[in-house]
Amino acid sequence: MRIVIMGCGRLGAYLARHLDQEGHDVTVVDRNSDSFARLGSDFHGTMVLGTGIDEDVMRRAGVEKADAFVAVSNGDNTNAMAAEIAKLVFKVPRVVARLYDPVREDTYHQLGLMETICPTVMASERIHEIVLGQSQER
Amino acid sequence: MYIIIVGGGKVGYYLAKTLLQDEHEVLIIEKDKRKGDIISTDLGAVILRGDGTDSIVMEEAGMARADLAIAVTGDDEDNLMICQMAKKKFAVKRAIARINNPKNERIFKLLGIDNVVSVTDLILAQIEREIPAHSLVHLLTLREAGVSFVEAKVPADSPVVGKPLRSLGVPDDCVIPLIIRQGSGIVPHGETELVVGDEVVAVTTIAKEDVLEKIFSGETQK
Repeated sequence: MRIVIMGCGRLGAYLARHLDQEGHDVTVVDRNSDSFARLGSDFHGTMVLGTGIDEDVMRRAGVEKADAFVAVSNGDNTNAMAAEIAKLVFKVPRVVARLYDPVREDTYHQLGLMETICPTVMASERIHEIVLGQSQER
Repeated sequence: MYIIIVGGGKVGYYLAKTLLQDEHEVLIIEKDKRKGDIISTDLGAVILRGDGTDSIVMEEAGMARADLAIAVTGDDEDNLMICQMAKKKFAVKRAIARINNPKNERIFKLLGIDNVVSVTDLILAQIEREIPAHSLVHLLTLREAGVSFVEAKVPADSPVVGKPLRSLGVPDDCVIPLIIRQGSGIVPHGETELVVGDEVVAVTTIAKEDVLEKIFSGETQK
């Protein structure tokens, strides 16, 4: 699969390396070139320097032909906007955005444009489980 | 009206000041303490400190009862988030966003934010008017309809001087409804002859702008 990942932080880099090792065609976009060091020397994918919410940068990263777009920069707003551009302008079939704010995540999830991941909710549920030694009832 | 402005920079500040003078109820959301202090000293208790893209802050601001939300932070992605949250989550009827990258205008519209103010576009349009690099100046562009209103000034060396409109080869998709000659308007017809300094206003499809530009710059003259 052709996958474009916006944001080369801990999550973006980890995911990029994982997907790269599985043999996928991975492109990583980040506005700070130092971040690419996280990918390690054995990374085979493409690195694109630039802001991930600029149509031209996204085109340069090959979003037009991507099968999936993953927005995992450290800003919720940037992720939401990048994911929306990927979906609406470039018609990428699978789009995922990480949103830290549960309310924002809920709103964007309901918009139905993208898949959303909220680490706050996920971690909180898991910690709740561990602390209470049982599954959280929902 | 209850108006919430997100972003207390210069744009937000002067907007608030003007809207308060017009007796609207105004609240500015700004995360920077220093900016917030200046605003509250000058304008009174109209400031809420916090991240205006955060739903909890929006709720505290009373976004649900706002008549209008205006997002004027320096970041397009924040302005988009604010307007989308205002409209989708808080059911605010009208939201206006400031954008910096002119290309985002189309994206904002696709996402349901119709009212955008592109600062870059405004300045570019002003430059075009003051220092016309092209013979066509855009007065108004209706991108969705694919139509624009343009103006061309007839320079002294233009091959169109002294020629009737009919003979210029204006394409079918262009109409010239107005000529401004020495400050007064003329509604032209096919026999109207152009004079140096005429400002010719045309309504054209965006696709035919090039043809029109060539006519006035003389590139198509045999």
